[in-house]
Amino acid sequence: MDDIAERVVAGDVRAVARLIRDIDDGMPEVREVLKRLYPHTGHAYVVGITGAPGVGKSTLVDQMVAHLRKEGKTVGVLAVDPTSPFSGGAILGDRVRMQRHSMDSGVFIRSMATRGHFGGLTQSTRSAIDVLDAMGKDYILVETVGVGQDEVDVVKSAHTTVIVVIPGMGDDIQAIKAGILEAGDIFVINKAEREGADKTLADLRLMLDMDQKKYEGGKWRPPILKTEAVFDKGVVELLDEIEKHRKYLEQACGTLVPRRRKEKVREELYDMVKNRLIEEVLTKLTETGEFDRAVDEVVEGKIDPYSACDNLVLPKIKPFLE
Amino acid sequence: MARERKIRVMVAKPGLDGHDRGARIIARAYRDAGFEVVYTGLHQTPEEIVEAAIQEDVDMIGLSSLAGAHRYLFPRVVELLREKGADDIVVCGGGIIPDEDIPKLKEAGIKEVFTPGSSLEEIVDWVKENVKPRER
Repeated sequence: MDDIAERVVAGDVRAVARLIRDIDDGMPEVREVLKRLYPHTGHAYVVGITGAPGVGKSTLVDQMVAHLRKEGKTVGVLAVDPTSPFSGGAILGDRVRMQRHSMDSGVFIRSMATRGHFGGLTQSTRSAIDVLDAMGKDYILVETVGVGQDEVDVVKSAHTTVIVVIPGMGDDIQAIKAGILEAGDIFVINKAEREGADKTLADLRLMLDMDQKKYEGGKWRPPILKTEAVFDKGVVELLDEIEKHRKYLEQACGTLVPRRRKEKVREELYDMVKNRLIEEVLTKLTETGEFDRAVDEVVEGKIDPYSACDNLVLPKIKPFLE
Repeated sequence: MARERKIRVMVAKPGLDGHDRGARIIARAYRDAGFEVVYTGLHQTPEEIVEAAIQEDVDMIGLSSLAGAHRYLFPRVVELLREKGADDIVVCGGGIIPDEDIPKLKEAGIKEVFTPGSSLEEIVDWVKENVKPRER
């Protein structure tokens, strides 16, 4: 185990790739490795990029990587795609747009599937961010489709969250999952060469104007940018805004690394405890067959589900009930 | 965190041929079988494929070729995996591949070769039987 942590810190690609797999697969051994890696984290700047399918997130990320590399920065990319709820399988196609960076040792790209177990995505993505951070990457770009609470939580664990829309989404912007719009630090209208870009810009501006009070007293007001990622237009400006936001955070938080602000730590630790409890209790209950027996009993009408739940859970959490 | 090893595979198209319909269909069949499928798109060099496979920690690479360069490209992928110490990754191939080439490819380390007669079921079942997610 020690060896794996050391290899990760030394930047060993295979060790990093395998560790992320173990995190994804929920191997309990990874906890010890992550504990050892944690002191090596806190260096990377994490940017979340989210938006509906087809808005051009991967292309945008690809261009961002190219520019960051020109500045000599190293980059890690985590591209999250949905798991099919029917088969449990997934097609992870984000690499198609980023393959030109695959031979660049300053770039590490990893595709991840949402998998869909309780809070699992958030947990495993956060851990994967820590791994890439410990590996020494300067920037970590996390790309997700902005649907589902888990994915909202993922982008929230970034320093800067970029929300990508395209022209024509217009009023539909309001339909973007509530909670994710508020999480946006920067808005990008990609494919801005298309008709309706200005209308979308006006809609977004109006939306922010309605919240004007929030931004008074020098608070960060999310800028709105137009990009044409395929033609590499507006990408440098986007990186400039990210840099400005970074400076803003650094000023607002003093010397603290923003991702480790108290509220973030509280949120992450809360999730971690919750997931650990679920995992420990539920794993036991399923392994012993208690859970399936309870299901049968409820189905057969022998017991109501509320009592069944009590019977399953209460004996496991005895110390908390005293 | 569910302790569950999932099969991860990569579907890649080495070389210059621009026909990826077949590769996409295979990717879908793999997904429907419950695998996580990393798709890398067209025009990949063997070097790019191997690097991507290592970063993605896949258990298998499926190579597709319809343009006749498989005799160089497929073995080159196996060779590079070996050089990188990643030869635990299984390689199979498919596409328009003349029968007489198949023994040579297998000799070079391609575990199986599928040709236009192969059914999707057969291709998926082969993975289930021959590719195990790594233990450690």
